[in-house]
Amino acid sequence: MSGYQTGLLVILSFNVIAAYAVYLPLSAGQLNLGIAGFMAMGAYTAAYLSNELAWPLTAAIPAGAAASCLLALVVAVPILRTHGIYLALATFALGQVITAVFLNLEVVGAAAGYQVTTFTGPATVIAGAAGVLAFMLLLSRTRFALYLTAIKSDPTVADLMGINVRGMQIAAFAIGAAIAGLGGGLYGHHFSFVEAQHFSVALSVYTVLYVLLGGTQTVFGPLVGAAFFTLLPELLRASQGWRYVFFALFIIGFMATRPQGLITADLLRVFRRSRRAPEAAQP
Amino acid sequence: MIAQQLVNGTMLGAIYVLVAVAFTLAIGVLNFLNFSIPGLFMVGGMGTWILMRLGWHWSVAIGGALLAAALIALCVERLAYRRSQKSDPEVPLVSSLGFLVLLENLVLATVGSDQQPFPALVPDFNLRIGGLVIGAAQIISLVIAVCLVVWLSIMLRKTSLGRQIRGVAENRDTAILLGVDVGRLVPQLFVFSALFTALGGVLFALNYLQVSAFMGEGIGFKGIAAMIIGGMGSVWGAVLGGLLIGLTEVLSISYIGADFVNITVYGLLLVLLILRPQGLLGRAAAREKL
Repeated sequence: MSGYQTGLLVILSFNVIAAYAVYLPLSAGQLNLGIAGFMAMGAYTAAYLSNELAWPLTAAIPAGAAASCLLALVVAVPILRTHGIYLALATFALGQVITAVFLNLEVVGAAAGYQVTTFTGPATVIAGAAGVLAFMLLLSRTRFALYLTAIKSDPTVADLMGINVRGMQIAAFAIGAAIAGLGGGLYGHHFSFVEAQHFSVALSVYTVLYVLLGGTQTVFGPLVGAAFFTLLPELLRASQGWRYVFFALFIIGFMATRPQGLITADLLRVFRRSRRAPEAAQP
Repeated sequence: MIAQQLVNGTMLGAIYVLVAVAFTLAIGVLNFLNFSIPGLFMVGGMGTWILMRLGWHWSVAIGGALLAAALIALCVERLAYRRSQKSDPEVPLVSSLGFLVLLENLVLATVGSDQQPFPALVPDFNLRIGGLVIGAAQIISLVIAVCLVVWLSIMLRKTSLGRQIRGVAENRDTAILLGVDVGRLVPQLFVFSALFTALGGVLFALNYLQVSAFMGEGIGFKGIAAMIIGGMGSVWGAVLGGLLIGLTEVLSISYIGADFVNITVYGLLLVLLILRPQGLLGRAAAREKL
């Protein structure tokens, strides 16, 4: 594999991890517009632990994810009091605050950025993304995923059916943040450098963009969306400066004609049916 | 010194007010978080600059930029808002974001990513009142912003159009039953919202004498913050929020440091969202759409 292809695969892996961090709370109806903040939390925590306290990589990166998860748990209680658009904007504000705090934290280099001495190769990053994907696939088979779908469809009915709506929402938010923290930790150690400016609003918002592009009805949507978002600009590379213009036109056209996203539950059902037994595929 | 900072903050706030009003119209009436508004802000400033570079007179150039913003807003309404009425609430947000990416990259591909110097249209005239220095461009911005907001609030209160807008905001279905032509009203609202933002962009260019492809992002996001702080859907709330954000920003730059702006501004927003989600002047939301 050439260096270019490896690099592309690494970027794809980071995008996939970020996509699932957004997808999990979104499948419970919570739009998290501050995912970059949680990534920054994971990246800086992991980098600090491996740099200053000489923790091994296998401990530092999970610790970054745990720190991010912990932060989410702390803020989830007040933030999840809001809902709908208020929640989206509260997470948006939270992401901005977290990034701004790291931008001013002298211990981790403030605006100059933070050098990470331990390096991890592309294999770890790709394995991390594969692990997140496997975890999400497992999770999508459990009752937990079913609860989240129920809460998204109608929180009141879900509550009446005996689901602990708030508990489930907090869990989805916190697990999503942990995944984001994991992605952040891997990011810092792979590029050997963390800077707060990378974890911007644009990163949060683009992640949400490709998750919705892929579709939120099934667990495969974010994967396809991330792949699309990573590869399409590369395919359009020939058009140079205009490639994001074409990309944006594509997004607009796509959402106008297929607002439910690329991969929908119906689409997957068609696939499964045709694979299982052709004669059973009666209407 | 502090009085001067208060003046500067108010003037910066005037621009946030226009953007926040644009957001509040889209959210309060249509329940649509329109992410293309930062792009339209840029179209206002950058469009004027491009047309003036083509040799147009500044008044025609400003008019042309506002017209362009209005036309783009109509496209947003057609392609992003109308098409996704019946789908998930997050969908129009994505396609309006697509418009933001499109506008920014169109400018990036044609003009480049550099900050472009904007010619000083307003004579370099400073009003001095007892040690306070107020620039002519600042006064013009404040006057225009105040006039527009007062006009909007009278329009919403007194005219038939205003009553229709408030009716749709209150309950869309009832408004349709009562004979409000929503199909005609919604594009009008998009145009209003676009004109407010684009004018904000023009005033920003007049005041700070520079334009760039990404000038809308920071301002646009702070405009969202201003709208929420004031209370979504409330025009006077947007005014209060815009001024508050402008003052917070200027005061924290001069007393704490420029790097802390995002902490104070978004921290203020976060605290307020937790304590009073409906905003300072807003009513509690019964039902919302993203």
